[in-house]
Amino acid sequence: MEQLTRLPILSIITYIPLLGALALVFLFPKEKTGAIKAFATLVAAVDLLVSLPLWWAFDRAHDGYQFVERASWIPSLGVDYHFGIDGITLVLILLTTIVGLIAVYCSYSAITERQKEYYVLLLLLQTFMIGTFCCLDLFLFYVFWEIMLVPMYFLIGVWGGQRRLYAAIKFFLYTLAGSVLMLLGIIALYFYNTTGFLSYKGLGNAATFSIEKLTAVAAGMPAELQIWLFFAFFFGFAIKVPMFPFHTWLPDAHTEAPTAGSVILAAVLLKMGTYGFVRFSLPMFPAAARNPRVIGLMITLAIIGIVYGAMVTLVQKDMKKLIAYSSVSHLGFVMLGIFALNMAGVQGGVLQMVNHGISTGGLFLLVGIVYERRHTRMIAEYGGLAKQMPIYATYFLIMALSSMGLPLLNGFIGEFSILQGAFAKNFWWAFFAATGIVLGAAYLLWLYQRIFFGEITNPANAKLQDLTLREQLTLAPLVVLALWIGLYPKPIFDVIRRPSEKIVQAVGGTVVEAPALALKAPAPAADTAEAPRP
Amino acid sequence: MTFAFRSADWILLSPELFLTAAGLTMLSVAVVLGKKKEEFLVFLAVLSIVVTAALLIFVSTQPGRATPILGGAFVVDNFALFFKGLVLMSLGLTVLASARFVGAAPYPGGEYYALLLFSGVGMLFMASGNNLISIYVSLELMALSSYILAGYFKAEPKSTEAALKYFILGAFSSGVLLYGLSLVYGVAGIMGLPQLGKLFASAERSNLLMLGILLILSGLLFKIAAVPFHVWTPDVYEGSPTPVTAFFSVGPKVAAYAILARIFYVAFAKFHADWGFVVALVSAATMILGNVAALLQSNVKRMLAYSSIANAGYALLGVLGFRTEWGLWGILVYLLAYAFMNFGAFTVVILLESKGYAGESVSDFNGLAKRNMPAAVVMLLFLLSLAGIPPTAGFIGKYYLFTAAMKAGYAWLAILAVVMSAVSLFYYFRIAAAMFFTEGAASKIKSSYALTAVIAICAAGTIVIGVAPQPFLSVLKSCVLGP
Repeated sequence: MEQLTRLPILSIITYIPLLGALALVFLFPKEKTGAIKAFATLVAAVDLLVSLPLWWAFDRAHDGYQFVERASWIPSLGVDYHFGIDGITLVLILLTTIVGLIAVYCSYSAITERQKEYYVLLLLLQTFMIGTFCCLDLFLFYVFWEIMLVPMYFLIGVWGGQRRLYAAIKFFLYTLAGSVLMLLGIIALYFYNTTGFLSYKGLGNAATFSIEKLTAVAAGMPAELQIWLFFAFFFGFAIKVPMFPFHTWLPDAHTEAPTAGSVILAAVLLKMGTYGFVRFSLPMFPAAARNPRVIGLMITLAIIGIVYGAMVTLVQKDMKKLIAYSSVSHLGFVMLGIFALNMAGVQGGVLQMVNHGISTGGLFLLVGIVYERRHTRMIAEYGGLAKQMPIYATYFLIMALSSMGLPLLNGFIGEFSILQGAFAKNFWWAFFAATGIVLGAAYLLWLYQRIFFGEITNPANAKLQDLTLREQLTLAPLVVLALWIGLYPKPIFDVIRRPSEKIVQAVGGTVVEAPALALKAPAPAADTAEAPRP
Repeated sequence: MTFAFRSADWILLSPELFLTAAGLTMLSVAVVLGKKKEEFLVFLAVLSIVVTAALLIFVSTQPGRATPILGGAFVVDNFALFFKGLVLMSLGLTVLASARFVGAAPYPGGEYYALLLFSGVGMLFMASGNNLISIYVSLELMALSSYILAGYFKAEPKSTEAALKYFILGAFSSGVLLYGLSLVYGVAGIMGLPQLGKLFASAERSNLLMLGILLILSGLLFKIAAVPFHVWTPDVYEGSPTPVTAFFSVGPKVAAYAILARIFYVAFAKFHADWGFVVALVSAATMILGNVAALLQSNVKRMLAYSSIANAGYALLGVLGFRTEWGLWGILVYLLAYAFMNFGAFTVVILLESKGYAGESVSDFNGLAKRNMPAAVVMLLFLLSLAGIPPTAGFIGKYYLFTAAMKAGYAWLAILAVVMSAVSLFYYFRIAAAMFFTEGAASKIKSSYALTAVIAICAAGTIVIGVAPQPFLSVLKSCVLGP
């Protein structure tokens, strides 16, 4: 494990898919689809295997970033090629490599046209996603953040459903519009650190985009500037999450994207937004994040997202759209946890990012599987599948239960921790959020009932084939993860505890050794002082 | 104004002199050759440009070249060298991109290449122009050649219309510019830009002077196609032969920026507060109108015309930033990026067009991914760069301009600029969507060696500046004008 720290391991993980994509472009003729699939799978599998050792090599007690790589990139601007991870990015990177392999593997039969381009884009997307998580330089981060949109745009636009053109450009424009404002925020931060801008006198430091340095600098900015910059970054992240009312691109993109695209969108791309809040918004602009009105706004939007998202989900007739809207609700939970600004909330938020990736990613996979067989996503077209496809029904049940937060599965741990954090701050936050859980159970169980129970009424469903081995292999890892996190979440909490503590400390919260599942003592003591009694 | 003409001055002038001679030679050779053997003319033109570039490199090694010569009218500082290099590059690319096009047209190619070279001479002088008169004369040399180039397809009504429109409006704007120059001269009594700068540093502002500055600004804004002096652009860009359009969108514009920067940075820096406000408004209007109008176009040449209007708006952010190093530096970085990406995009249009004059409407791009995958991918690269998506040259350029605007205190303008650049993605990606998402004709599209070379150079520039910008940034920093 010692050697790992000497190798540029993060760069290797990041660029393996890129190299694989280049090899696909130049070495594989496009007719050899079998070889292309096999090679793409191989590349994704190698990437996963190379990323796994990070889990053991990662020093959980260590405070700062690990596996750091640093080289000067654009000295004129003070931009470095600077990679490194902490516990939060560690789990997100592992999630990405796992989902990346699943995404490649699940596309074998779904994608029949322009296969070479498809796998090239999938691999490129993986490079950009991992790169985004690894960046410790704000400029570099922006580069990865933006370029990531391009392969996703094409995945939706070429292999998507009927309204794919609309969905693709909407996805691109929405996210771009948000992130360009973030770019201005970055520039402002840069000048605040160096020579100043507008009426703000600069600190006169050497030019840098180092996230660590700028975080320290930004945290000392005057409160009103912090609020301005908080909102500059906010648009970039909130659109990506997506928070209400910026969520409208999501159902379109999710619904139109091919299965693998939806899985990646749900599992990783949306996490970019919440990750942005955790990594940038809170530690950089603590005065803004602590500001009661800002918190009020964030929590309000989060809760509206939870409740409104869940209510809209209830009435969907299209399975994929239903799951897409449920994402709005789930991501609302994550945001609620993050802006509870205490250990339980932040840790729960981070864990729920992973959980949502697992359960919603799994649900999209499952919907994709029946879509391939029936070419419809309308719930009304199905019914009674449990008899015809028992294995499928089992997997679906596990994923649905995980998504709705049933104990012993992963979703429960995350949601519980978030509610615990929210409750410590304000009873009503937790109350409204809890209604989201109830609604969540309602739409998922109702969905399950309509698809699987009863008699097969539609003759088209009478001969549906149950899961193939390959399909089971794509789902099994997610089930294992869901069970593992549900039964024994401690390892993940161990990894994300230190970075979460840092974030909570940065925004001025007291870090209490909040037990992961404090079933007996619901609220962390330090926070109860401010929590109004119900 | 008396001055001694030293023998060393000949050396500093050698690129311009050689290119003039080359243009004249081209004319005479073309008379002998007629319409036959036009490949030889292409070769001759490329050779002239290469030799001129070599001479330019030689000039750059001359000691003491930065001292103005010809009575202060002509200066070869680093700033001038940068623009001359950029002008020669766009000239060379234009010649290569024109070869197939001009060869297929029923008009003599000799005139075409000679005019290109002459306008090149004009632009080289513009880059070095250091007093009001030399700037004006070189601008006119460039402009007169351009008017004829626009009308090169004599029998095509569109081309003639473009030429006439360009000529009338161009002549008008030159008049405005000249009027402004004369007013400034009337107030100051001197011609040299550095001297003017020194004089104004301690001078009071006067209304007459402000009028002169405003008129000069208007004249130059016409040349760079900024609102409200942009109306000629779409028609001229659409009507002109596409290689000429590509040339217009880069060469003359770049040279006009050289003048704009030199006049306003060197001579009128003192009155920044006065003209800065006007430039800010113009920049805002240009960005909004250029981008919004581009949304409505279905002709690619017109769309790219509006996009180049929008780009002029971004570049004006750099002009606003002239009080700090970021402004001028930003413009240089942006123009370099812009030259590669814009020329590249137009060359892909030429590539489609050379097959039966198609390629002008967005639908002609349908299915390009299947008809010629490399061309589609490269076009995508240019579009991404134009939209300012990293890691491309366009992003680095825009980054500098946004930075300049922020630094100059125009945060509202920077916000507008980033929002508009998000809007621009919408029309750029209509082309991307056509190329990759839509079915098109089944026939493959073949490129020629010359076009492939042009596209490859532009693509390499776009991606290298985006991924490894440092060497370019360092060089460009040394090209910034001294205070």
